[in-house]
Amino acid sequence: MAIPANNTAPLFGEGASSTLRLVVYLVIAVALMIADRRGDWLERFRAAAGTFIEPIYRLAAAPSELARDARVALADRRVLTEQNAELSRQLLLAQTRLRRVEAVQEQNQRLQELLSVQKTLGLSVQLAKVIDVDFGPYRRNTIMLDLGSDNGIKIGQPVIDARGLLGQIVEVRPRSCTVLLISDKSHAVPVRIERTGLRTIVRGNGTLDTLDLPNIPISADIKPGDKLVTSGLGGRFPADFPVGVVRSVGNDSTGMFAAAKATPDATLDRSAEVLVLHELANPVGPPAQAEEFGPPAALAGSDEPAPPATTPPAPVEDPAKQGEP
Amino acid sequence: MRVRGLNWLFLGGIVASFVLQLMPLPAVLLPFKPYWLALVLIYWMIELPEKVPLGLCFALGIVADLVGGEVLGEQAMRLCILCFIVLRFRSRLRFFPMWQQTLAVFALLLNDRIVYLMVHAIAGDPPPDLDFWFAPVAGMLAWPWLFLLLDDLRARLRAGDT
Repeated sequence: MAIPANNTAPLFGEGASSTLRLVVYLVIAVALMIADRRGDWLERFRAAAGTFIEPIYRLAAAPSELARDARVALADRRVLTEQNAELSRQLLLAQTRLRRVEAVQEQNQRLQELLSVQKTLGLSVQLAKVIDVDFGPYRRNTIMLDLGSDNGIKIGQPVIDARGLLGQIVEVRPRSCTVLLISDKSHAVPVRIERTGLRTIVRGNGTLDTLDLPNIPISADIKPGDKLVTSGLGGRFPADFPVGVVRSVGNDSTGMFAAAKATPDATLDRSAEVLVLHELANPVGPPAQAEEFGPPAALAGSDEPAPPATTPPAPVEDPAKQGEP
Repeated sequence: MRVRGLNWLFLGGIVASFVLQLMPLPAVLLPFKPYWLALVLIYWMIELPEKVPLGLCFALGIVADLVGGEVLGEQAMRLCILCFIVLRFRSRLRFFPMWQQTLAVFALLLNDRIVYLMVHAIAGDPPPDLDFWFAPVAGMLAWPWLFLLLDDLRARLRAGDT
């Protein structure tokens, strides 16, 4: 029995010594918190510990996976038949759409070759499953994927779903990784408004259905319905991925700038399968000089000669160099 | 033999509380997730305080921070404060009837929530939504069942030995 040990304990605690211990522990805790907010070495410590903690995550995720499997296993025949009919109809629809997309892609390829503006964006992607999601009131907006450093995942790779940009990888463990969503308060994406080309920055605000666009000049041309795509600046995300759609435009609290709210394109709260981009964006800085620019010689021959296209940049650059001796 | 079984129950309860804490839930239920680790620790502090010194609370808090991925040291601080209060008033809590004990647990969890809020307010985070305050209520509702379950398991262990 445990009673004898209790009898020796005084009725009103142990007094000063336990209070002192509490104070010591609280001081340590506060020091840790400050170090964690400021520092980076604790991040590394946490990444190392992540390897040991991973099995607990797997264990915690097991019941919900079991429930999902059970729902499939126990579904009755009628439901399955209905589902089958529904799915085959959807497949037909999807195939038709796919054909059209193929045709468009072929046409696109021809046009791009014709213009030789850019190499086609050959994307190499990796399919990943979402294994854990947790959005607490103060937690970072993150999801966990079942790919890790064993699959060649590296920190900083962009993650997309079928509709748009989802986030980027911030932590990598051997068999899993953590993705910081674009809706997180600490996340910002350089974007371009597709209609006007205006460059700005989209910040997350912690909620899954809203992105903030702070500090837009009041005179800027932006209105609800404008599409936002990544601008490719900053060297983290490749250009021209859809990010969101502007929902409302208003003034910010100071009245000096406009501030807009946008709805993210990616289904931040629903994606079960996502794509990890393997091709990282161009590094910061000007790209290498293009060799050929303009239509192929065979097409350009009959019209005006091409040279004017290469000459204009030179006079523009020279004054700028002279201006800052 | 009895001590061995008790240790397993103690360890198992804590591991189970970690797993419950991390279990992914539908978004609707998420605000109602009780602070399981605190509930399990409160039980052991009331019943067998010599098993749960302040240092263990601190260490478990650090582990919870590592597992949960919030600010390191935050749960350690919250659990230390909780542990201290419970150990102080243990002699009284122990002989409370169940409904009074449940209210006391609610007060403890509410206090814990306020400490949580203070830590984040000092760090400069914005105030949370209303559903932030649902968790202590859920914890209060979970307490009697948890208490009865652990008491029953402990009684069975004792009966199995004699």
